[in-house]
Amino acid sequence: MPHASGYFRTRYSEDTRLFDTRFQRAACVIFGCALLALPWVANAFVLDLANQTLLAVVGAVALMLLTGFAGQISLGHAGLMAAGAFCTGILVKEVGASIWLTLPASAATGALLGVIFGLPSLRLRGLYLAVSTLALHFIVIYLGHEYETRRGFSTGIVIDPPRLFGWELVDGRAWYVVFLIAAAATILIALNWLRARTGRAWRALHGREAVAEALGIDVPRYKLLAFVASSTITAMLGCLFAYYRGFVSGEAFSLFLSIQYVAMVIIGGIGSIAGAVMGAVFVTLFPYGIEWLVGMVSEALPQMRGLQNAVFAINYAAFGLVMILFLIFEPQGLAGIWRRVQAYFLMWPFKQKPLAGVDQ
Amino acid sequence: MQLAVNILVLASIYALIACGYVMIYRVSRVLSLAHGELMMLGAYGLVTTASLFAAQPAIALLAAALLAAATGALVYWALMRRMTGEAVLAAVLATIALGILLRGAMVLIWSAQVQHPARLLGFDNPVIALPGGARLSTISVLLVVMNVVVYLALWAFLSRSRYGIAMRAAGQNPRLAAQRGINLHAVYALAWGIAVFTGGMTGILIACDAGLDATMATIGLKAFPAALVGGLDSLVGALCGALIVAAAEVLLIHYVDPLLSDVVPFLVLTAMLIVRPWGLFGSREELDRV
Repeated sequence: MPHASGYFRTRYSEDTRLFDTRFQRAACVIFGCALLALPWVANAFVLDLANQTLLAVVGAVALMLLTGFAGQISLGHAGLMAAGAFCTGILVKEVGASIWLTLPASAATGALLGVIFGLPSLRLRGLYLAVSTLALHFIVIYLGHEYETRRGFSTGIVIDPPRLFGWELVDGRAWYVVFLIAAAATILIALNWLRARTGRAWRALHGREAVAEALGIDVPRYKLLAFVASSTITAMLGCLFAYYRGFVSGEAFSLFLSIQYVAMVIIGGIGSIAGAVMGAVFVTLFPYGIEWLVGMVSEALPQMRGLQNAVFAINYAAFGLVMILFLIFEPQGLAGIWRRVQAYFLMWPFKQKPLAGVDQ
Repeated sequence: MQLAVNILVLASIYALIACGYVMIYRVSRVLSLAHGELMMLGAYGLVTTASLFAAQPAIALLAAALLAAATGALVYWALMRRMTGEAVLAAVLATIALGILLRGAMVLIWSAQVQHPARLLGFDNPVIALPGGARLSTISVLLVVMNVVVYLALWAFLSRSRYGIAMRAAGQNPRLAAQRGINLHAVYALAWGIAVFTGGMTGILIACDAGLDATMATIGLKAFPAALVGGLDSLVGALCGALIVAAAEVLLIHYVDPLLSDVVPFLVLTAMLIVRPWGLFGSREELDRV
């Protein structure tokens, strides 16, 4: 309940509510309406950016569940996306399957891979999930390539746009609606998981496994569940991605893509769904920002023209640098900054939040 | 015979790189996923020193080697030192970020074209014919020799020298080691220095043999399964792991499918993770049980 002195939760039901305040609910509705209105005001370029961002949001939320809440690092996010995309591509090419078949099939593939590659992390503590997902990435990409070369699609598999309820999805606007629904559904599912028993188990796991087990949490089960949940969503994302691009090829799913997703989680802020969304927006728009900046610089300083050819390398370097800066100076990520800004306005005119339980 | 020689050379490469992973993991429990890029940086260091000291190849090589060791220590002081005490997750992510940063920076500085440091230094790389019809390049022989030298030196360093023993102590129990008066930061920096030095030297030799471009980082990543198969904290394990991975890779490429090249180390890795995730010689870090 909002009180004069701040927000306090006095009942458990308040602790698990989706929206804390009426203002929050209203803000979400307005934000949602703004998102729905976007396709009617945006041009094709902005719409494509928005679509990419929404796809990234789905992936980042899925990874946030695993890394940010259950505390397991995965370097195979691109591999899982590739698994979904290749599954879609192969089904479309071989049996002419519709999206109603390929989407569940991709999800099943993702879940299966999640079980297989999540198993080593159950037996040992540490970074075994990171290691096995790294292997997963290379194996999936290899299998995809193998299929491409064997069947003679060596440049990639071309997929026709899918039909949904008699509508053919070719227009950027139609895709925007699909992705908006996908992103909203993913966020809602994630939030619901997190405020239920599963989410609490994941957080406990993240805190300390031994204590979680002492509390009666089935550690292997929830660890595996976190990975399977994340990989299922990611594989479905791969399926949508394949349809959107209309083209599946191993090159689209490089290790760098996995790292980008990991970066979304870090830059957004570990342990926050809003952070995952912010991170996804930041990382997706970052290269375009750099490109714009380089364009500005080379226009202002003619002797720096050469920079334009090196945009790709500058992107890499700047991206690594931003990631490092966030890790060192703002481990809470954008969500942490957001919380600080919020606290500033809440506390105004005071500067500091008093420590809980300490008399001033 | 040619297959055996190929396996030996590839195993030497993997073992040399894997010892970097092992050194860092053993001392600080951090997986350095920037190792491939750091290795590449060492090789690019030679490109620069070679153009500076084109007349004296020995000086150029020495300078590049020192540069690599200094880079390792610098990486620790500038970046990883801030990550000590944080969750391992953050440290590993920091190495990933470093790898991306280095990759971009290297293309910016040295361009993406293939470089040939051996040509800059005026080395030629004659082919040596072995009895039994096998052939290999001089640099490959050097790689095998260096592998033996590096492992003997590391063994002597870790078991005989004062710093080596301090390093093992820090790896076993950092807090106790610090209480005992061991300078943890110095030990960690030294471990990073050694790791990047060995990685850089490997990078230099590979670059002299086959030219230098962005694909070298992939070799660094492929050596990682070797370290893990043997056990991430065991040098003997790294040697065995390198041999297993190299043998599997060469034989499968020869008899099954050349496309397998990039994936074989990771197939071996997956098999190992399922059967015995702590590796052949690694110490077992079990889950804490209640």
